[in-house]
Amino acid sequence: MSYKLQFAELLPYWNVLLYGLVFTIVLTIVSTVAGVAVGTAGAAARTFGPTWLGRIVAVYVELIRNTPFIVQLFFIFFGLPALGLKLSETTAAFLAMVINLGAYSTEIIRAGIEAVPKGHIEAGLSLAMTKWEVLRHIVLNQAFRKIYPALSSQIIIVMLGSAVVSQISAEDLTYAANYIASRNFRNFEVYLFVALAYLVLAMLTRSALRALGRVIFKAR
Amino acid sequence: MLQFSFWDILSNLLVATQWTIVLSLIAFFCGGIVGLVLLFMRTSRIAPLEWFTKIYIEFFQGTPLLMQLFLFFFGIALFGVEVSPWAAATLALTFWTSAFLTEIWRGCVESIPKGQWEASSSLALSYIEQMRYVILPQASRIAVAPTVGFSVQVIKGTALASIIGFVELTKAGTMLNNATFRPFLVYSLVALIYFCLCFPLSWWAKKIEGRLNVAR
Repeated sequence: MSYKLQFAELLPYWNVLLYGLVFTIVLTIVSTVAGVAVGTAGAAARTFGPTWLGRIVAVYVELIRNTPFIVQLFFIFFGLPALGLKLSETTAAFLAMVINLGAYSTEIIRAGIEAVPKGHIEAGLSLAMTKWEVLRHIVLNQAFRKIYPALSSQIIIVMLGSAVVSQISAEDLTYAANYIASRNFRNFEVYLFVALAYLVLAMLTRSALRALGRVIFKAR
Repeated sequence: MLQFSFWDILSNLLVATQWTIVLSLIAFFCGGIVGLVLLFMRTSRIAPLEWFTKIYIEFFQGTPLLMQLFLFFFGIALFGVEVSPWAAATLALTFWTSAFLTEIWRGCVESIPKGQWEASSSLALSYIEQMRYVILPQASRIAVAPTVGFSVQVIKGTALASIIGFVELTKAGTMLNNATFRPFLVYSLVALIYFCLCFPLSWWAKKIEGRLNVAR
């Protein structure tokens, strides 16, 4: 190979990379919080809600889980304006991420809820706890403890999947890579560097989530 | 100006769907073969081989598939070889698939009780023979459901090949959208076609999983 890799060419663009990195991190955190909230509501609706609501949630979950994220993103960004709902690329990216993670976490949290023994719910109700108290203190508490590892890996998968939002020119880390590559033509160096940045980010996210889990689910 | 009717759009998308299916099948089968080789390396208890597979899996599971596509697309070109989007997409998806399948299958192999390994080694079977005649026949029964489940991820993964210019379903959708200016219709149809490809597989995977739980 006569080509010499020149990573120094990336240095002048450190601020572009940093901006992209922060965008990706914020995108991940916001969509995690909102997505898990959607997932909790969806899972509660599927297990305790009326049948019709459960069916709607089931359709939502299956539609999202069986189509590629990029198509969902294009549908929201290009398709919805035809119905009169115009979104900026950043809003569309956030919305698509929340909708996507919401569907996956609905399924994960539902599995956790179903693993809670029925006797616990009955015991709670017989202690004159309200439905909400039972849901909050007995069902969700145990469910989240069980599904936390699965939810963590889904969050990392979604974080890596967020690279796709660059395609509607939301300014994430991949967008920064494309931007730099289109200016200094060091495609391979840029993409290798950014790929490794994602790798480090994934590892850090994993340990952060593990640490967070230890804090939340301390000794009972 | 050329006019596109609903049927023109649908038939063009269905033609492109063939390429999504071809790419998915190739990625899945080549990924399966590479994954099997990696599985043998990963469970071989030979330190350098295990380290190699660990790093390999960490890289392909810890970076976005999109980045891997870019790296193959631009990386191979550095050697002076002209790379078609087709070749880059096939390679990237194969390696990506193999990393995930190896991890899935490793879980299945490790769920086989230790006694099976000990019994077969006390019968003087070599490592390859142990895997071939004792472990894999048992592990493969558990592996079917998650493997079918993962095939859905492969189909969805092929959508990213559109970004490096491979014309499959998503790319065809983008091109049709640019020609017809009917994004809502086009992307609804694209999503619907993906759903028709993926949902039967998801449903089947769930069904096999349920059957395994009953047997236990």
